[in-house]
Amino acid sequence: MSTLILGATSRVASRVAHRYAAAGHDVVLAAIELEEAQALAADVRLRHQVKAVAIRFDATDFDAHPAVIAEAAQVLGGIDVALIAFGAMGDAARARQEFSAARQVIEINYSAAVSVAELLAAHMVARGKGTLIGIASVAGDRGRQSNYLYGSAKGALALYLQGLRNRLHKDGVHVLTVKPGFMDTRMTWGVDTGRVPVLSPEAAAEAIFRAAERGADVVYLPPFWRLIMGGIRAIPEALFKRMSL
Amino acid sequence: MSTWAEQSLHGWGHYPVHGALVARPESPAEVAQALREHQGRGLLAYGLGRSYGDAPLLEGGQVLRTERLDRMLSFDDSTGWARIEAGVTVEDLARTFAPRGWFPPVVPGTWYVTAAGALANDIHGKNHHLDGTWADHVRRVELLTASGEVVVCDAEREPDLFWATVGGLGLTGLILSMEVRMVPIPGPYIEVETVKVRDLDHFFQVSAESGGYSHTVSWIDTTTRGRGMGRGHFMRGRWTAERPPAGLHLPRLTVPFDAPNALLNRATITLFNEAYYQRQRAARVRAITGYEPFFFPLDAVDGWNRAYGPRGFLQYQLVVPHDPERRAIRAVMEAVTRSGMASFLAVIKEFGDRIHPHLSFPRPGVTLAMDFPNRGRPLLDLFDRLDRIVLDAGGRLYLGKDARLSRDTFRAMYPEWEGWRALRDTWDPEGVFRSSLGRRLGLCKEDR
Ligand SMILES: Cc1cc2nc3c(=O)[nH]c(=O)nc-3n(C[C@H](O)[C@H](O)[C@H](O)COP(=O)(O)OP(=O)(O)OC[C@H]3O[C@@H](n4cnc5c(N)ncnc54)[C@H](O)[C@@H]3O)c2cc1C
Ligand SMILES: NC(=O)c1ccc[n+]([C@@H]2O[C@H](COP(=O)([O-])OP(=O)(O)OC[C@H]3O[C@@H](n4cnc5c(N)ncnc54)[C@H](OP(=O)(O)O)[C@@H]3O)[C@@H](O)[C@H]2O)c1
Repeated sequence: MSTLILGATSRVASRVAHRYAAAGHDVVLAAIELEEAQALAADVRLRHQVKAVAIRFDATDFDAHPAVIAEAAQVLGGIDVALIAFGAMGDAARARQEFSAARQVIEINYSAAVSVAELLAAHMVARGKGTLIGIASVAGDRGRQSNYLYGSAKGALALYLQGLRNRLHKDGVHVLTVKPGFMDTRMTWGVDTGRVPVLSPEAAAEAIFRAAERGADVVYLPPFWRLIMGGIRAIPEALFKRMSL
Repeated sequence: MSTWAEQSLHGWGHYPVHGALVARPESPAEVAQALREHQGRGLLAYGLGRSYGDAPLLEGGQVLRTERLDRMLSFDDSTGWARIEAGVTVEDLARTFAPRGWFPPVVPGTWYVTAAGALANDIHGKNHHLDGTWADHVRRVELLTASGEVVVCDAEREPDLFWATVGGLGLTGLILSMEVRMVPIPGPYIEVETVKVRDLDHFFQVSAESGGYSHTVSWIDTTTRGRGMGRGHFMRGRWTAERPPAGLHLPRLTVPFDAPNALLNRATITLFNEAYYQRQRAARVRAITGYEPFFFPLDAVDGWNRAYGPRGFLQYQLVVPHDPERRAIRAVMEAVTRSGMASFLAVIKEFGDRIHPHLSFPRPGVTLAMDFPNRGRPLLDLFDRLDRIVLDAGGRLYLGKDARLSRDTFRAMYPEWEGWRALRDTWDPEGVFRSSLGRRLGLCKEDR
């Protein structure tokens, strides 16, 4: 069995790699920083005695995507599980001033994910099996003034994955959408989350692994976020637009 | 840019608690970046905070948590050398290598310590009498020094910097990685014999007779005076391929909240010590166990340190030279029982003769470690009295456990401090690396 991790330098992504390696998967770790991906690959190899290979991958270098997926498929002898973990919060204030900054957030969180997902879908359909996991966000469940740009890209990703799941169902390929609340990573370090619990990357990885194993379609991390977001989505827009959440 | 978060940090004893700006780098490049963002109020690495006092703290300064710098980079299964990042833990090493017939060369009483923390306190284990300290099994330490240069050091390359970093309490630079040599083991099991020890002299007799064992340590009752003073259980073990009998499970307990300090008073502690001593009837008991309960018994009790309550606790670990009369040890135990303070857990062990220069703690002789609930002034007064006894005997305290030693007493215990300080300063003339402990003991730049 084999797993491809795209955006492997995310702590959650690398814990997912370890989780699959612990289950006996060979893994490819793809990240912008090749040296970092190599260190992570060595770590996976040493701890789990599986094959682990690093590949350089820049999410915004769209032209290079086909080669990246092809190389991963070749190294792994076919990709059974793929995790699309890369993403970026961006600087919301700057994105209002400069469209180039806004476009980057959209490209990293949405366009790039679409690009690799289509390539992976084709690969998995050809093999008649596979699991594609995408990390969206609770931020994509409702647009809020504080981070609607990032949220809209993640929301678009969730909608895209929903359609893809529908399309690939008949081909035996499974699509899992992960919607985390807060996870304890670089992205949230130093962010005051108040009383809202922050999930450890290990716990997040375990939950993702289990959700994929049981064939879940959409998981919230931790699960209570499903209720919270259900509540937030139920607030009438006329009221919501006056609120500062 | 690194993200710096304001956090309150403490060591294992929950005393003291110091605020700092904290970053959590996940790669060597992020560590270098954090060093460049140093604001002139000091910088220090924090491993897993298993030091008891203020060694990993830096009040008002900048602290780097290294727990995510935790990749294993290579392993040579013909020699046992493993190259690992600073934040790789003893747990990581044990879990990874024990099933493959290798084990970390030196382990402390908890496996939640990082490799860099182990080097910066030059930790010792139950095998010190044979195998020395962590530093004896390390080479190619990559140290990010104050200038931003990464210097590779060990006993051969830049030996001065290496030995200053061994037991150097994080004050010579930021350790990025090191090679540590795993030792081959016949199986992940320990053959252990527990000998009931009647008193202090009996302890030393059993210790002398334990040459056939690679690992020795003794629990000691510090609440009993007169005859029976120094009674305890001497545990000695060695690796074996023999499996423990099936069905042996150790319960995992948790202390989910801060227990009221009053629960641990002299009476309950004395009762505990009595019960603990009496739990073994026979003079000796032999058993085969997994390595975990032997090396890391307290790790089975999640958060046991919180049983001491919100005020925390302090450990006092000393070493004094050999003395056939054991005067210092006796005097210490008498002072403790007379003070009305009581130590819940105390361990005693004879160190071997291998020593390292500068601030590395172990010295030939006997080491005694005692945990006390934080009772404030009366406890600190007792510690001051103990310092005098230790100093008069030519002994010293373990800085990794310390939170209160005075600068003068420290300097008398560690006359090597001055040479170490001069060496340290040549690598960090501006005084970038600092710690709360360093300020207290005069080991680093002090102004804030
Ligand atoms: C239950 C228990 C049992 C113990 N038993 C023993 C024992 O048997 N023998 C023994 O010797 N010790 C023992 N200790 C103490 C412990 O082994 C040491 O305090 C050890 O240094 C803790 O490692 P840490 O990773 O938590 O480091 P911390 O406590 O976080 O830091 C220790 C020192 O290392 C420095 N440091 C950490 N990371 C780096 C880095 N990357 N670069 C430079 N400096 C760094 C810090 O600045 C600090 O000065 C025990 C502790 C506990 C809680
Ligand atoms: N943490 C949370 O609370 C939270 C909540 C909801 C959703 N998420 C999502 O969870 C996923 C993992 O994020 P994280 O929390 O682990 O934070 P993170 O450390 O910031 O992870 C994001 C990862 O994406 C990579 N990346 C960014 N731009 C890239 C590019 N152009 N090409 C390739 N990789 C790129 C980053 O690599 P570099 O570091 O090398 O740039 C990083 O490894 C992300 O999709 C994030 O949006 C996180």
